[in-house]
Amino acid sequence: MAERSFAHEVQKLRAGEGTTFSGEGILAVTKALLQSGVAYVGGYQGAPISHLMDVLGDAHGILEELGVYFENSASEATAAAMLAASVNYPLRGAITFKSTVGTNVASDALANLASGGVRGGALIIVGEDYGEGSSIMQERSHAFAMKSQMWLLDPRPNIDAIVNAVEAGFELSEASNTPVMLELRLRSCHLYGSFTAKDNVRPPMTVKDAVENPSRQLDRIVLPPATFLHEKEKLEDRWPAAVEYIKHRGLNEVFGGDKADVGIIVQGGVYNTLNRAMELLGCSDAFGNTEVPTYVMNVTYPVVDSEILDFCKGKRAVLLVEEGQPDYIEQNLNAILRRAGSQVALHGKDFLPVGGEYTASAVTQGVHAFLSRYLPGVVDGSPALLLPQTDPRSPFAPRVDASVVRTRPPGLCTGCPERPIFSALKLAEKETGKKHHVSADIGCHLFAINEPFNLGATTMGYGLGSAGAAALNSKDADRRTVAVMGDGGFWHNGLTSGVGNAVFNRNDQLLIVVDNAYSAATGGQDVLSSTADNVLRSTKHPIEKAVRGIGVTWAKTVPDTYKIGELRDVFVKALTTKKPGPKVVVAQSECMLNKERREKPERAKALKDGKRVVKERFGVDADTCTGDHACIRVSGCPSLSIMPNPDPMRTDPVATVLDSCVGCGVCGANAHAASLCPSFYRSDLVYNANWRDKALARLRKAWIGLLSANVERRAARYEIEAV
Amino acid sequence: MSSWNSGLRPITIAILAMGGEGGGVLADWIVAVGEKAGYYAQNTSVAGVAQRTGATVYYVELYPGGEDHEGDVRREPVLSLFPTPGEVDVVIASELMEAGRAIQRGFSTPDRTTLIASTNRVYSMDEKLALGDGRVDSNTLLEAAHAGAKQFIGADFMQLALDAHSVVSASLFGALAGSAALPFGREHFEDAIRTSGKGVETSLAAFASGYEAAQRPAPQPLPAAAPDGGGPVPVTISRRRPIDPAEEAAAAAERRHEELAVRDPTALVGPRLRPHADLVAGQFPPAARSMLLHGVIRTAVFQGPSYTDRYLDRVAQLAALDTGEDQRLTLEGARHVALWMCYQDTIQVAQQKIRRARIEGIREEAKAAPGQLMNVREYLHPQVEEIADTLPTRLGRWVAGSSWFNAVFGKITRNGLVVNTTGIIGFTLLWVMAMFRPLRPRSFRFGREQAAIDSWLERALAVAPADYDLACEIIETQRVLKGYGETHHHGVQSFTRLMGAADQLVGRPDAAQTLVRLRDAALADEDGAALERELDAPAFTA
Repeated sequence: MAERSFAHEVQKLRAGEGTTFSGEGILAVTKALLQSGVAYVGGYQGAPISHLMDVLGDAHGILEELGVYFENSASEATAAAMLAASVNYPLRGAITFKSTVGTNVASDALANLASGGVRGGALIIVGEDYGEGSSIMQERSHAFAMKSQMWLLDPRPNIDAIVNAVEAGFELSEASNTPVMLELRLRSCHLYGSFTAKDNVRPPMTVKDAVENPSRQLDRIVLPPATFLHEKEKLEDRWPAAVEYIKHRGLNEVFGGDKADVGIIVQGGVYNTLNRAMELLGCSDAFGNTEVPTYVMNVTYPVVDSEILDFCKGKRAVLLVEEGQPDYIEQNLNAILRRAGSQVALHGKDFLPVGGEYTASAVTQGVHAFLSRYLPGVVDGSPALLLPQTDPRSPFAPRVDASVVRTRPPGLCTGCPERPIFSALKLAEKETGKKHHVSADIGCHLFAINEPFNLGATTMGYGLGSAGAAALNSKDADRRTVAVMGDGGFWHNGLTSGVGNAVFNRNDQLLIVVDNAYSAATGGQDVLSSTADNVLRSTKHPIEKAVRGIGVTWAKTVPDTYKIGELRDVFVKALTTKKPGPKVVVAQSECMLNKERREKPERAKALKDGKRVVKERFGVDADTCTGDHACIRVSGCPSLSIMPNPDPMRTDPVATVLDSCVGCGVCGANAHAASLCPSFYRSDLVYNANWRDKALARLRKAWIGLLSANVERRAARYEIEAV
Repeated sequence: MSSWNSGLRPITIAILAMGGEGGGVLADWIVAVGEKAGYYAQNTSVAGVAQRTGATVYYVELYPGGEDHEGDVRREPVLSLFPTPGEVDVVIASELMEAGRAIQRGFSTPDRTTLIASTNRVYSMDEKLALGDGRVDSNTLLEAAHAGAKQFIGADFMQLALDAHSVVSASLFGALAGSAALPFGREHFEDAIRTSGKGVETSLAAFASGYEAAQRPAPQPLPAAAPDGGGPVPVTISRRRPIDPAEEAAAAAERRHEELAVRDPTALVGPRLRPHADLVAGQFPPAARSMLLHGVIRTAVFQGPSYTDRYLDRVAQLAALDTGEDQRLTLEGARHVALWMCYQDTIQVAQQKIRRARIEGIREEAKAAPGQLMNVREYLHPQVEEIADTLPTRLGRWVAGSSWFNAVFGKITRNGLVVNTTGIIGFTLLWVMAMFRPLRPRSFRFGREQAAIDSWLERALAVAPADYDLACEIIETQRVLKGYGETHHHGVQSFTRLMGAADQLVGRPDAAQTLVRLRDAALADEDGAALERELDAPAFTA
């Protein structure tokens, strides 16, 4: 079960014609799919579209009623290949994943799909993970659209516009027999807003109908000579059909038509930011009544040549606002205008940042520079952000010493079971006296590259932790390479690309598989090895069984990562054994974020029902702690912090455990395994104590009172009560 | 056309929080309040792994509704997905450094913004990692919060939330309502909490305390320290972070202690130590008396009154040579001699663990109700050498050298011991260890420590007449002796190297300053690399 439940929100998906639907972008997209008569949906979770998969999972009841098939695909490639169902049958299908990483994985299937073309509408919803908050390399999905000739929709960040884009996307796909990509930027996915709903539509042909009526068309299969025909079709049939549909439906928009002889061309996804910039500069208002003619490209590929030429006709200069790099659209527009002999001056990356997210600041500065040069008359505002930093009125005037604002990168949560894995690995390295090359993977475990662990040298992609260590394998070396992989990456492809590869090539690496029972970093979705019962999916397939199945002979599962000493010993064995081939350690403990979500309500209920409940938390004795913070350096838990030293004689802050502690035990285990210090204790608070507890307590109180009397008596000769 | 500048603009609200603090819930509540009042509301955030404890920004825009926009390009307002620097009306920060970040990023500005910030600190990783004190100066952050906002509403909203068994988002939401920065009445805010339907009672309680706190003035920063030639802000440890209530109370208690130490010193010690208190009053400068009285008690509890005599003799040697205006050599001597003399051996740790006040403190921390059962378990990992240290010298030497004892003991304790201090066996075990106290003076470690203390003091006394500052710094270098096991080993190594360096520095005009720099380097990392670099640098070798 995923980290966030949409069980309540999905009821909104039943909204009928004319009702107002309010919610997050992701929920609106789901509703739009159902309104469009989608027949099947698949995808792979990952920010920013994780919630789309979670919503679909929680909506399975509604999907079943409508006869819609839904799958949690094993990978983006699986999801893309799933669209094959739209090649021969008039089935509308949609898939979704994080981009560009997911699109990279999917691109083999997407290229094949785009070559043969589709009969039913095929929609690929990509969550463009670019700019602030992104967790991946900074690239554009635009390139994939161009290389495979799939159309790319980039709707305005407005719930209504996004819903319309889903419906138009299917139609465009069917009109041009081409898969269509719908790009949702990071913030659009989490945008809250509303639109007027329509009734859900049962697909005219369901997956069941297709299965029972198999059909094939030889010329749609990607094998020569059909491939040459496909390329010809793309250029001569599908592209013109797409352009015709885009023009006819008016997917792109022009505002402020002839108000001036300069204009601005903008990607739909950046439209709101552009309008805000123009508001700040006094040449538009909150309702988009712009003084500067604006062409909004809600379809960014293909570019409609005739619309560009129409828009630029009679204009002296045009500014293109295109986020990201390379400047594909700018190159494209230059070619269109040059070929047509247009004299308009085209500006873009010369006024705006070449790379990076187009924030309100970036766009305002660029548009201001452009308008100041070509249309200074319309500029009627001077927002403070345009002032130089040296001006005391600038929002960036230094008002806070930069040294007191430290970075706060994401890290492992309080009580995370992955923390002790890395503590144990550090301790194992200490014991063997050797540092290792550590090949990291994608997932929460990648946070180990930062303080306090500083473990991990590269990450080559999801599930590629083991493969990333492939070359660093030498018979003559005095140590082996360490690779890390999560359970998510393992099932995504790591089993074959990593483990199978290591077995086949007799690689000597130590592979640590972090098995926390979920695809945790993407929001706690289930995977094959999840231990929870899942009504929709088959779970409980152990990772160790899988690796042994493909030939690993040295494999160990450590079922409790919090036992740091045990884990350290297993690592030491794996690093020193003479046995050839990959050594696989499956380190298991449930993701704490999900465990807490599951157990907290259960605990509260037990407490209420009068059952015996023990609440554990850790603490640090301020008297015993010497303020060296060695415990923090091996742990990094958010709830292990520092506080002012309560001792008037000592000045350095002491360690402390915050109330957010979930009592996972890492502090104690570290104090043991790393021989830290005797300051750590665990307090177990007993609720609804039973008669045995009470009897024992009476006995203890008497005995301890007896012994401690002399200790306190002696101290009272020297000490006084606090003043 | 200038609708933005004439006020036709949305209300803009940025929330800076760390993943897991409920920033998203807070944004949802604000949207609910706005929508109920007929506003268009838009809310965005960046999600994904950024939300795993990292700094995150949530952003809300509210635009008044009610008008017909038939003739406009858009029927609904076009709202932005980004906070624009210089154009944010309300910034809510869950913590003081995040408030600093909001100012640094230009979201909170003095011409426009109502800044609502919780003044507690959630320390960043690099503040926590330092071997010494790596905390940034909260006072600087507080100054920035006042300078970087039109209106600054500051209080420990985290504590208010905890007191109400709620989360910080609820008390901050109360502060937002209480700030009157939004044109909505209190009941609208409370309705939003009720409608959301989760933890309503506790959220409303936290909301109410946040609302009230917003009516009180925000804490003021301390007056700026004397100008110091524009260098880094000097670290004046006792007066740095005025906004932590616990620390403030401790500072007040300490001021009372200082005052009493001069007026009536015997009132500050137990009956057996009154002669020592009289000695402190008669023979030591007033500035050092409070610290000395702390040391007197500590050494007596650690070993006994005769050990306290030894303590006072040692400090008296420093006092005799103290020519400083503020008696720093005596004051710091009183501090560091006591800290070293009361080194953390097994006996001392056992004694600390079994004290009644300690268990009471833990009950308070765990929020135990009166009479509620609680167990306390210690995570101990005694090392062979720690055991050897506690034993009488000859026995200790034998144990430390015995491979047989090492092997057996190592096997038993490899994965540590868990001792239940609240249980009969656990308590008795620790009690017995504490009872070894009378044997301590004959122990292996005791002799070693006393010799080291004497040599350290001799070094300071020798340089004091010629270089007072260097003597003070030599005394303060005791600070690097901390931790247990390997960390302590590292401390001893650093200390030895620093003392060697101090010998080389004698006679140099910058001797004291250099030693401070070297000491900071020793506390900068755990492997001694920074100290190594400093010792090799031309500034030292020259």
